[in-house]
Amino acid sequence: MKIISAEKIKNTVADLCLRANLVLRKDVLAALKLAYKNETDKRAGKILDAIIKNAAAAEKEKLAICQDTGLPCVFLELGQDVKIKGDLNKAINKGVELGYKKGSFRNSIIKDPLIRGKSGYLPALIYVDLAPGNKLKLTVLPKGFGCENKTQLKMFLPTTEITDIRKFILDAVKTAGPDACPPYVVGVGIGGSADYACLLAKKALLRSLRASPAGRLQANVVKLERDLFKEINRLNIGPMGLGGKTTCLAVNIETYPTHIAGLPVAVNISCHALRSSSVIL
Amino acid sequence: MKKINLPLEKKEINKLKAGEEVFLNGIIYTARDQAHKRLVSALGKGIGGDRGKEMPFDIRGAVIYYCGPAKTPKGKIIGSCGPTTSSRMDAFTPILLKCGLSGMIGKGKRSLEVRQAIRKYKGVYFLTFAGCGALLNKYIKKAGIAAYADLGPEAVYKLEVEDFPLIVGIDSKGNSVY
Repeated sequence: MKIISAEKIKNTVADLCLRANLVLRKDVLAALKLAYKNETDKRAGKILDAIIKNAAAAEKEKLAICQDTGLPCVFLELGQDVKIKGDLNKAINKGVELGYKKGSFRNSIIKDPLIRGKSGYLPALIYVDLAPGNKLKLTVLPKGFGCENKTQLKMFLPTTEITDIRKFILDAVKTAGPDACPPYVVGVGIGGSADYACLLAKKALLRSLRASPAGRLQANVVKLERDLFKEINRLNIGPMGLGGKTTCLAVNIETYPTHIAGLPVAVNISCHALRSSSVIL
Repeated sequence: MKKINLPLEKKEINKLKAGEEVFLNGIIYTARDQAHKRLVSALGKGIGGDRGKEMPFDIRGAVIYYCGPAKTPKGKIIGSCGPTTSSRMDAFTPILLKCGLSGMIGKGKRSLEVRQAIRKYKGVYFLTFAGCGALLNKYIKKAGIAAYADLGPEAVYKLEVEDFPLIVGIDSKGNSVY
């Protein structure tokens, strides 16, 4: 049994919020640099250069990478041998508030979706996965809402051909078009239930954009990722939607068992400013 | 590269072509979803002899920036301040153009109605680097809340910009870069 104090969780979450919003993920930056190198369209190259410079300016000036510091999503992988001393829910929310205040980040959360009203920092969305062992992994994903608005879900028939699924994902990117800050990272969730597929699609964004972890993904999923990556980058949407061969930086697909009667597919797009930060306690 | 100054003169607007890159200088106002709702409602009240009376700034000849900046860190003029998705403001835009708004800055596509209104009232829609709020910060020389402070990040900010980088998205003839 390992004991972790609520105070430690609060401070850790605050640091993760700061880091996620100020320092662009290394894998995302590497993907942007690679895209810049390969881009042949002059203006697309110029925009990619601005995006790379923006990341440097954010880190140096301690300014948020994007003014939309997102809806704070906090993911926990909670080892069953961990005991939290104090109120875990409060600790996470307090940590988010502390981090966002320290960073002068935007208070984008309104308490009531219909009445709207005054905006604040809370609540964070908290997702917990149970795990073996005595570790707690904390991840903060500040999800910008320009791209969140482009999320799509479709409940396919179990007999659907893979080509139809590929077309659905491709169409989701086409629909997002120039609006949600391309080049995108395309998160896809296949399986589970309607809500679970959406969660898988979001979690897919947490995975490194570098080559898929060896052996973890099935060959057919790796192929689907590769095919979609190529197809999406042939759409000529490009950075800011002004053309070019960089429409997506990566396609990350997560799958999960599902029911014999269904085949849920969700697409959760991220803008090029894909931000997240993790730590294991 | 071409520099343009605010307030924009009609003949200057008419010269701009979709796809052209320009640097903007002068005063602009931020406004996004909730501020647009209020602006249009204020227009409704004020239209007639004293149009604009209820408006927090003179819409005639103005340029609106679709932006909800992050909070201002200590020692900075403003926080991160990139554009938000323009299409969410589409429903409000034609009436604002009719009442004299001359330009908008944002990201992404506009509706057919907006494009037609831009052509009819000789306005212009600009794009700026999307998702680059930290980079765009350095082109803002002065910033302050001009209205609707209760809206927090959705308040109307008055910004003085210097060589703010733009791409003409839709020109006054209705030509679009997309």
